[in-house]
Amino acid sequence: MSAQVVTAETSAATSATGATWHSDPILSVEHLTMRFGGLIAINDLSFNVGRGEITALIGPNGAGKTTVFNCVTGFYKPTEGRIVMRHGPGRQQELVDQLTMSGAKWRTTPDGSVFLLERMPDFEIAKHARVARTFQNIRLFGGMTVLENLLVAQHNPLMLASAFTVGGILHLPGFRKAEAEAIDKAVYWLERVRLIDRADDPAADLPYGDQRRLEIARAMCTDPHLLCLDEPAAGLNPRESADLNALLQFIRKEHRTSVLLIEHDMGVVMEISDHIVVLDYGVKISDGDADFVRTDPSVIAAYLGVEEEEIEDKPEVASLVVEALGEEAAVEAGIETPAVDVGEAVAAMAETGSHPGAKPAGLDAPRAGGADDLTRIKGIGPVNAGKLNGLGIWHFEQIAAWKDEEVAWVGSYLSFPGRIEREDWVGQARALAAKPGAPRKGKGNGKAGEGR
Amino acid sequence: MANPANNRVADSVRDAFIAALLVAVLGFFFLALRTDIAPGGLALSTRWGLWFASIAIVFGVRLALNLLVFNRDTPVGSGAGAGLARAAARLPDMSGWVNWAMLAAAVALPFFIMTFFPGQQRQYIDLSILILTYVMLGWGLNIVVGLAGLLDLGYVAFYALGAYSFALLSTHFEFIGFWTALPLAGILAAFWGVILGFPVLRLRGDYLAIVTLAFGEIIRVVLLNWYEFTGGPNGISGIPKPTFFGLEFARGEGGFADYFGIPFSTIHRFVYLYFIILILAVVTHLVTMRLRRLPIGRAWEALREDEIACRSLGINTTNTKLTAFAIGAMFGGFAGSFFATRQGFVSPESFTFIESAIILAIVVLGGLGSQVGVVIASIIMIGGMEMLRNLGFLSQIFGPDFDPVQYRMLIFGLAMVLIMVWKPRGLIASREPSVIYKQKKRIGADMVAQGEGH
Repeated sequence: MSAQVVTAETSAATSATGATWHSDPILSVEHLTMRFGGLIAINDLSFNVGRGEITALIGPNGAGKTTVFNCVTGFYKPTEGRIVMRHGPGRQQELVDQLTMSGAKWRTTPDGSVFLLERMPDFEIAKHARVARTFQNIRLFGGMTVLENLLVAQHNPLMLASAFTVGGILHLPGFRKAEAEAIDKAVYWLERVRLIDRADDPAADLPYGDQRRLEIARAMCTDPHLLCLDEPAAGLNPRESADLNALLQFIRKEHRTSVLLIEHDMGVVMEISDHIVVLDYGVKISDGDADFVRTDPSVIAAYLGVEEEEIEDKPEVASLVVEALGEEAAVEAGIETPAVDVGEAVAAMAETGSHPGAKPAGLDAPRAGGADDLTRIKGIGPVNAGKLNGLGIWHFEQIAAWKDEEVAWVGSYLSFPGRIEREDWVGQARALAAKPGAPRKGKGNGKAGEGR
Repeated sequence: MANPANNRVADSVRDAFIAALLVAVLGFFFLALRTDIAPGGLALSTRWGLWFASIAIVFGVRLALNLLVFNRDTPVGSGAGAGLARAAARLPDMSGWVNWAMLAAAVALPFFIMTFFPGQQRQYIDLSILILTYVMLGWGLNIVVGLAGLLDLGYVAFYALGAYSFALLSTHFEFIGFWTALPLAGILAAFWGVILGFPVLRLRGDYLAIVTLAFGEIIRVVLLNWYEFTGGPNGISGIPKPTFFGLEFARGEGGFADYFGIPFSTIHRFVYLYFIILILAVVTHLVTMRLRRLPIGRAWEALREDEIACRSLGINTTNTKLTAFAIGAMFGGFAGSFFATRQGFVSPESFTFIESAIILAIVVLGGLGSQVGVVIASIIMIGGMEMLRNLGFLSQIFGPDFDPVQYRMLIFGLAMVLIMVWKPRGLIASREPSVIYKQKKRIGADMVAQGEGH
């Protein structure tokens, strides 16, 4: 269970900061998989969003961030997985499991409610589970005024107050009162986002930054427990970005609304996020607080880029960058591959460094017939193949024979915890070793697969 | 030759002369000569008057166009489009005193007609009734097309349902009169609106338009072929006339005129019908205006603007569309039952696609979502079409067979093209906000989305 391994690691990494996303998650995405035909947009993704926290979902373009959003807000139905939204405190695991078995969509308890979002249509998620969202390409009601936009967001309470229009047509006092309150709430949010002077202007007339803020205000008018923002800082200037940070902090502190945001602007992400989840090609590559993610080599390799001093100081980071970018690109970018033989250098590091689990047994030299081409395993590049050779790993069946401790050790040694499980190196190696074309005797050890 | 003005005139005259010559040559065989069937073969007759008249018209019009439009730097009438647009923008949309002035004018209209046109009072009041029927239908369709942005090409189906509901109810059950049948017809039409809406509202744009078009035709074909129930092409006759609190508009004892002690006149019934449709139309307008300011109305408009954003805000878009369809259909049903009682006879002939097209044209021409635009467009399209009947003098030029009414579709098309050129979003295209914080600002048409299928 790769997700559990990752979770265990991240909890270890973040326990020091006292994060709440494990103990009291408002949203749990569990083993979410989304396939579009043959394309796997999200593969077995699990993460938590802490109650009252700002969680950022980052990753390179096409990593599947918006797909996750669309699954959470019901615009897509996930192929597999469970998405749990909790209004009540704590994990409420028993209730969630009961609910999952029962086939119902949600259950309300005295201290809160539990919702299974993957079973609910999009408008019910907004209405009952109280998940509000904004869109990457702003979706305001352009021909309606700013104030009207915020009143449309309060449609459901107003419909109730107008007794489904009957009371409204008769103009009953109850409805008039509810409408006045709705306008008060809209005005409150307009003051918050500094758009009160433009309340009577059509939304399409506003400049871009104002439209972004209006969309957040509109989402907040639905009284959400969880606010999902899809690239709120896209296209904003630094000053507007800073305003946005302040607004999000205000929403989190004063309204106790949890925030889940997708963002490319690292300034915004690192400054305000309590918790960052990094996606790449539909899988999670890192999960933790800002400091943890910033220094996570797999994130650096996949996404953030690396400072040159760091590369020179740490050969393993350099090799990762080289692997991520390709050697030519790395050379062009001015990153020098360490002059020493990578295999020897990391072998030396492996002797000195301490890693969890057990170091796999290696051979001094490849067997007669030559070494296997380890790069045939998806996920192993030439650099990692060199490192593995340095450990004395030359053949597929050596990898196929790895057990959990060895996988953990190698994962830590290669600086990408969890990736070996995710990419199923052991399984791939077993398949390759068992291929009739490969002149190797014996099949992979059956025990090697038990960890999966 | 050095004088450009002289040059221009000479060019224009030459051009007009060439055009006239072309007409003379082409028209010689069509206009000047005519063969009639005569005993023992064909007889050739000549119509020199018509031929010369057309040559003269072409020469004159071509010359005028050349002098005033084609050969001028600033063509005459170039500002007319913008001027019309400005004038239309100044027209307030059913607010304040204009509302009351229009209502007062509508109330006074039949008495005005009776006083000043006693000879043609029946014709004019009948025309006013027709116009008001289309105003009401336009307002009903405006909810679906203008507010919710759902293009409905089969609106006449609900009009037919209302008419047949009343016709069947009143002919099968003695005790059901107009006032009992009116709400029933509306409810039945709304019910059918929901039944139609349920499967089709998942469709968008062109597909929705095509399915609603098909629905309109299906209803008509069923009415035509279900002979035992609807009477098929023979229709249903003997539909009762509306009564005034139980008083019939009949000569003699117990009639309306007798009860009030005024001399009997057939016009009383027409005036009464006029006021019924006026009240129905005003109710339609008031309900629509009230709905616009309610959450459901705002949800309709939001739906027209962006359906996905609506769903992200927790609005059940299917139900919202269904209510728009049902309420629009209900008003169509009211108008239908009024139509049945006015005619006293219904048949599928009255509910062809062209009716749907006219109602939609009224809404589009007036400006989607605009209430006063519908009134103006109805007066122009329905009233204008009837006015064509009065252009008898044209037959003196074009011969006794010339009937201007037959050209109404041509004029109709021309009017649509002109509107599309000058005011592509309709006569009154701006939108009035449903709620105001401090200051009322009208929203320009370029901001407002047109919804699905536009």
